[in-house]
Amino acid sequence: MAVILRTEGLNKVYRLGSLTRNKQIRALHDVNLNIESDEPAIISVVGESGSGKTTLAKTLLRLVEPTSGRAIVYDKVVAGKGVRPNKREFLRSIQPIFQNPFEAFSRYRPVDAYLHETATRVARLKGEEAYGAIETALASVGLEYADVRGKYSNQFSGGELQRVSIARALIPEPSLIIADEPVSMIDASRRMIIINLFLKLKLEAKRSFLYITHDLATAYYISDYVAVMNKGVIVEFGTAQSVMGNPQHDYTKLLLSSIPSTQKRWRPRVTPSSPGVVSA
Amino acid sequence: MIRLNNLVVSYRTGRGAINAVDGVSVEIPDGCIVGIAGESGCGKSTLMKAIYGDIMSPMTLSEGGIDYGFKNERGEQITSSNIQEEWFKRISYVPQSSMNSLNPVVRVGTQFVDFPGSDLDKKRVMEQVRAYVGKLGLPQEALDAFPHQLSGGMRQRVMIALATFFQPELILADEPTTALDVVVQKEILLLLMELQEQMKNTILIVSHDMGVHYQVTNRMLIMYAAKAAEYGESEAIFRDPLHPYTRMLINSLPTIGDDRARQGIPGTPPSLWRKLSGCRFADRCPLATDKCRAEEPEFIEHRPGQWAACHYAGTEITQSGDGSWQ
Repeated sequence: MAVILRTEGLNKVYRLGSLTRNKQIRALHDVNLNIESDEPAIISVVGESGSGKTTLAKTLLRLVEPTSGRAIVYDKVVAGKGVRPNKREFLRSIQPIFQNPFEAFSRYRPVDAYLHETATRVARLKGEEAYGAIETALASVGLEYADVRGKYSNQFSGGELQRVSIARALIPEPSLIIADEPVSMIDASRRMIIINLFLKLKLEAKRSFLYITHDLATAYYISDYVAVMNKGVIVEFGTAQSVMGNPQHDYTKLLLSSIPSTQKRWRPRVTPSSPGVVSA
Repeated sequence: MIRLNNLVVSYRTGRGAINAVDGVSVEIPDGCIVGIAGESGCGKSTLMKAIYGDIMSPMTLSEGGIDYGFKNERGEQITSSNIQEEWFKRISYVPQSSMNSLNPVVRVGTQFVDFPGSDLDKKRVMEQVRAYVGKLGLPQEALDAFPHQLSGGMRQRVMIALATFFQPELILADEPTTALDVVVQKEILLLLMELQEQMKNTILIVSHDMGVHYQVTNRMLIMYAAKAAEYGESEAIFRDPLHPYTRMLINSLPTIGDDRARQGIPGTPPSLWRKLSGCRFADRCPLATDKCRAEEPEFIEHRPGQWAACHYAGTEITQSGDGSWQ
C-alpha cells in the first residue's frame, strides 16, 4: 500500500522574545501520523486556533522547517531538518489552497496569469498544452476559461475565486492537496459547493486532501480520517466515523459538545409569551 | 416593543442610491433574543446599524422609521434622530471584531471609565467595574492589560461587559462569536443568554450560523436580498419553515452523524443594482413558477405568529439522494 502521509516524530518549536529572555512555544509536539491506502483519501486535521494545525500544514508545504522529525508524502521525504527535495518535483506532488483567496491572488494581476504561470513553470507545459491543462482544471471546478480570462480578483465572489485557486492547485496534477481552512471565508449557504467539489475530485481525479479546519461538521462530512489536535499534540486519530461517533479523548468530546447543532439544545429556552405582530 | 415600519436604508454612491434594507416591517417584543440570519450582503448588518442609530453618510434612512417604544429623560419619544444620546445606557452594540473595537493603546479598565455619562468619580466607577467583570468570568488582571495581551475570547467578554455594564434595554450583537473557536463560542453564547435572563432585556443577534440561532434565539428574522423573507418563533421556524429559502438555509450544512449528501444553495443572490421584479429568490428556488418571477410576494402572516414573503409558503421541498433540491 502506498503511504499517503506519514510523519515521524515531527516537532516544531517557535522562540519568542530576545536571546536572553525567550519563551518557547511547541507548535508541534511529536506528531506521528501514518495513513496508508491505495485509494485516495481525505484526511482532516481539526482543532482550535493555536492547536498547531496550520503549522503542520506549513511544515508539509515546506514553508516552515521542523525542529526535528520528518514527513513523508507518497513515499517521498518532503520535510525534515536539512531535507531538500527537488523543488519542481515537490510542487508537482503537493499543492496548497489557502484560507482567503483574496489574499492569495494579487489585486493588481489578472488571476489567469497565476494559472498560466503554474502551467508553464510548475507543470512545464508549453503553448497549447498549457491552455489545455488550464481549461481541464477550470472545467473540473465548474468554471470556463472565458469566465476567468483577464479578470482581476475583485471581479469574483469569494466562492468563485476559491474555485479558481483550487483549479490552480489542480494544474500540475498533484497527488496531495493541502487545504488550510478553505471554506471559512465563504458564505455558509455556498460552503457545500466547495466541500462537494473536494469529494468529487477525490473520487474522479483521484486526488488526496489534507483538510485543515475548525469546522467539525464539514470534516465529518468529507473525511476518511480525522486527526484532532490540541496544543501541538495529536490527541485522537482514526476514521471519521469512529472519532466523531465514538470519541475517546476528553478534548474531542469537548469539541463535539460545543458545536451549536440544530438537533439538541445546550439549555432549554424560555420563550416569552407576548406574540410579535407585524404591522403592514 | 421595537417596531420597524417599512424601513428602507440606502447607501448613496457615485452610481446612484442602493437600498441595502428595502422595506422591512417587523415588531420585536420585549425581553427576548431575536436572531437575524441571511447570506453576506443581505442587509443584516445594515439593519443593525440603522437600529443602533449609527447612520452616517453614505448611509441614509430613506423611508419608514424605527419606533423604539421608550422615552428619554425629558419624556420625548426616542427615534432615530435622538437614539445616539442613549448609546451604552439603553442601547448598546457588540461588534464582530473586538480587536478593532478596543483602543489598542489604552488599558482595558480605563476604557470602561471613558464612557460618556458615567459617574465622574473614577475610583467608584472602577470598583463597580471590577465587581461586574468578576461576575462575567474575567480575571481582575484583565482590566490592567492592553487589548492585545488578552485572548480573543477574553476580549469578546470585555466587549460584552462594556455593552451590558449599564444594563441597557436593547443589545445589538453583530456576529459576536464568528472569530472564535467553538469551545469559546459556546461559553460566550451561554454568558449572553444568562445575562439576558437576568436583565430581561432584548438582544438582537446577527449570525450566519443556523446552529447558533437554534441554540440562542427565541425569534428569528431571515433576510434575503435586502428584504425580510421570514419572521417568527425560532421553534416553529426550525420545525416547519414557511419560506423555501429558510428550509434550504437550515439544511444546507452537514451535521455529525447524518450521512446524507448536502448541496448548499446553488446560485447567488441578485445584484441590488438591477431593477428587481417578482420574488428575489425565484432564480434559486426549486418551487419558482412564472407567478414568482412576475409578482412580488407580500410579507404576510401565514400561520399565527409566523410571517413569510412567498407565494408557496409552507410547501414541502425535499433533498433527493444526491442532495439536490426538489
